[in-house]
Amino acid sequence: MKARAFQKIYTHIENITKATCTVRADGVHNEEMALVAGRPAQVVKIDRDRITLQVFPGTQGIPTDAEVVFLGRPPVLTVSPDLKGRFFNAYGAPIDNGPAIEGEEREIGGPSVNPVRRKQPSELIATGIAGIDLNNTIVTGQKIPFFADPDQPFNQVMCNVALRARADVIILGGMGMSNDDYLYYRTMFENAGALDRIICFMNTTEDPPVERLLVPDMCLTAAEYFAVEHRAKVLVLLSDMTLYADALSIVSNRMDRIPSKDSMPGSLYSDLAKIYEKAAQFPDGGSITIIAVTTLSGGDITHAIPDNTGYITEGQLYLRRDTDIGKVIIDPFRSLSRLKQLVIGKKTREDHPQVMNACVRLYADAAAAKTKLENGFDLSDYDKRALEFAREYSRELLAIDINIDNDTMLDTAWRLFGKYFTRDEVAIKQELMERYWKE
Amino acid sequence: MSTKGTVVGIVANLVTIEVDGPVAQNEICYIDLHGTKLMAEVIKIAGTQVYAQVFESTRGLYTGCAVAFTGHMLEVTLGPGMLSKSYDGLQNDLYLMSGVFLNRGEYTAALDSSARWEFTPLVEVGDEVRAADWIGEVPEGWIRHKIMVPFDYPGIGRITSIAPKGTYRVTDRIAVVVDAEGNERELTMSMRWPVKVEIKGYASKLRPFKILETGVRAIDILNPMMEGGTGFIPGPFGCGKTVLQHAISKNAEADLIVLVACGERANEVVEIFVEFPELDDPRTGRKLIERTIIVCNTSNMPVAAREASVYTGMTIAEYYRMMGLKVLLLADSTSRWAQALREMSNRMEELPGPDAFPMDLTAIIANFYARAGFVQLNNGQSGSITFIGTVSPAGGNLKEPVTEATKKAARAFYALSQARADSKRYPAIDPIDSYSKYLEYQEVVDYFDATIEPGWVGKVMRLKDMLLRGKEARDQINILGDDSVPLEYHITYHKAEVIDFTLLQQDAFDAIDASTPIKRQQYMVNKVLDVCSRSFAFDNFEEVGAFFRRIINIFRQMNYQEFMSERFRQLEAQLETVMQEREGRGVPEG
Repeated sequence: MKARAFQKIYTHIENITKATCTVRADGVHNEEMALVAGRPAQVVKIDRDRITLQVFPGTQGIPTDAEVVFLGRPPVLTVSPDLKGRFFNAYGAPIDNGPAIEGEEREIGGPSVNPVRRKQPSELIATGIAGIDLNNTIVTGQKIPFFADPDQPFNQVMCNVALRARADVIILGGMGMSNDDYLYYRTMFENAGALDRIICFMNTTEDPPVERLLVPDMCLTAAEYFAVEHRAKVLVLLSDMTLYADALSIVSNRMDRIPSKDSMPGSLYSDLAKIYEKAAQFPDGGSITIIAVTTLSGGDITHAIPDNTGYITEGQLYLRRDTDIGKVIIDPFRSLSRLKQLVIGKKTREDHPQVMNACVRLYADAAAAKTKLENGFDLSDYDKRALEFAREYSRELLAIDINIDNDTMLDTAWRLFGKYFTRDEVAIKQELMERYWKE
Repeated sequence: MSTKGTVVGIVANLVTIEVDGPVAQNEICYIDLHGTKLMAEVIKIAGTQVYAQVFESTRGLYTGCAVAFTGHMLEVTLGPGMLSKSYDGLQNDLYLMSGVFLNRGEYTAALDSSARWEFTPLVEVGDEVRAADWIGEVPEGWIRHKIMVPFDYPGIGRITSIAPKGTYRVTDRIAVVVDAEGNERELTMSMRWPVKVEIKGYASKLRPFKILETGVRAIDILNPMMEGGTGFIPGPFGCGKTVLQHAISKNAEADLIVLVACGERANEVVEIFVEFPELDDPRTGRKLIERTIIVCNTSNMPVAAREASVYTGMTIAEYYRMMGLKVLLLADSTSRWAQALREMSNRMEELPGPDAFPMDLTAIIANFYARAGFVQLNNGQSGSITFIGTVSPAGGNLKEPVTEATKKAARAFYALSQARADSKRYPAIDPIDSYSKYLEYQEVVDYFDATIEPGWVGKVMRLKDMLLRGKEARDQINILGDDSVPLEYHITYHKAEVIDFTLLQQDAFDAIDASTPIKRQQYMVNKVLDVCSRSFAFDNFEEVGAFFRRIINIFRQMNYQEFMSERFRQLEAQLETVMQEREGRGVPEG
């Protein structure tokens, strides 16, 4: 789409809904940007000369004779190395009082990576949190969300992960983030001296919800620029994808689309996949890793948003408050990292996969014992040992406040095995038993 | 003169086109956007207004874009050279696409037109031929790739010219056929075929009766899949659908695997790209990729091409079936295809069925599954397509429309259970909810009697009964408490656990355990049945648990050893000793 030399102004709006308006115009391109009474808008439907525009800040107060100007280009982001250390709004305009970015304009929401050109992710991201590194190892090029209730400390965990991950560039996309959380991230990044590798696109709760729809594409366009052109290891944090999906459903609703499950648009899967699949390991060494947050309502993962997300992402992480130890832990049962297979036991110590599984199995035995106890039954000796093990395992390995390296995690696990169980009960491959068993 | 048109409306990937001539339903057209041609398929016609789904992003399209219609439906090119290829849903060769990103409007050839093939004729001048008859063959990897009379050839023809043994390109003329009216037709080594039409030139479709070994014990033993059969794997995310499908694709006893990655994660496909060229195919001694064709339309690629991808995969499978080959078609996931249908139906503002899916979803799915099957060819040989699809039920709810529709169409059902996945019991195939209708077929029972051992299906049923009784015993124990149930309940429960841990659970990431040949499965089944039919003496329930945990541990170690190796034998002997120590009073089970 070429930018036009002069811009024709239309002043006759035929139709206005809360999020869209319709105007008659010629030569308009699909997905082109426009200004409606000075507000950013995008073409979402063309029917001969009737053009429907999605007005990002909403249509409150727009009169039928408002000026509509078509900009002749899809939404773009100006990319340059100067993006680093800067804070932007959903349109890619600075909100930190800094100068405008000079550089090349890139269309956002560009084409997908040819699957045969991708490299297999193989570099693990060490976070120091055993609930992640030991049980649900994350690798570069992966996409994984936290499934969390709004009251859980997911922002703190994400922030820790980001700062420990040794990424070249960290891009934070805020969608409906509270201003307090936004300031929390800013302060944390500042205190860690990491501001020079942070880029932030922020839509807070104070901003119009439909604007959020631009945030992931802005983040990922910047991410692709650094990962492909600068071969950088890019980490993208998206919080909160549930609010993004809510914005999708608002627009879909205004356009009279038939809703599918949970009032979400029928295209929700594809819409989310377009974002998450931007995570990739590129052939030249750059990578995009996405860590997102999908807030749940009352822990319900059958809702369309977490459900579709789960089918797209490579695993999910759950936080849970363990009342036995009084700390938040990464839930070992429901959490999963699908790509851990690529690195555990290969990039980490050989006993990693079996130790990890044995821990979770024994922890499950403890959970069963706990149910027994709650139902008023007597516990066997094995049950009691399992419960003791679970408590220590939870405190020393699952809690989110720990920060140790991978070998220490494995050694801790072996120490707990030896302390509470017999070899038969742990049931790990004989060779490994002989090498690592601690009486 | 082909029909032309102009774009008059655009919503996402649905465009409305005003046309100047005749148009067919499902006809392919190209939209011209400043010289870039975007492929689209007609999905609805209303007077001179035509609705088409575009297989690409529609960004930048405008009212007035020129459209050219092609006069044919979505087709694939069939011929030697498809093996080991990775195609997108429209059969573009992904390796030939330029650049790291997929540029829209770039289409690449499915077959290499410059490659030369060693052709050997199978017919002579004067021979009578029909559609799908073999007229020659070329070696394609390890397959004797048959060159066939085009499947659309009407009636009987006579060969008037056939190329002698030699090397030819796929587009070279290799034969001329003349029909009764004297019309000549030149044949090459390739042909085109519309993907939504089944390739039919076979004599008859038979009931499946032969097992298709997958190496996955939970399938082969309890709910076997047959050559030419259909099955599906529903399961919530995180239950290991894809890992299971990959395990099947690596170990299944098929001549050719067509893998359709339909709307799923790109990194999973990358895993295949990376692993299959490295892994050995135990059957041929070659690499796995040499018996694999990948059709890949990941979730971020255009949604209309996602729908096409399953048909493209099926058509390629049908083509090879006509050569008398045993083809296994795997599609992951058919739910994404159904969702693609839903998105289009939605944009066309059709009245929705359940969960906003189109009303004819059940019929579409049933028709697709019906294209699989075991067929007898005209020349007496047989070929088969075994089709296993995964389903990703929304919210893990097996009552949702896609699962329901698939259940009506597929004969084997491999239910993946969240509870099993949570306790890391992989593969998470639920032994009680899953079924294979084939176990009811008399021809299957006879086949197992002859090829494994007499009374095999009876043994399988005993295993199933014991698993069910184990589950019931566990429920009782959970309700009443360890102390309040008879000791037999504990024994019944733990015997079911032995079956579960030894036969059902399998380590897909262990070199030996990943795949179990049928002989070894038979051996282990008999071993486990032996344990389950013996009676052991215990004083209290704690002893029961401890004893069976030891048994299970030995069995697990056995599964990790080379079959019949010295270590395997040692463990077997150890198992016997442990059991004899405990043997005594008590009532035998089963």
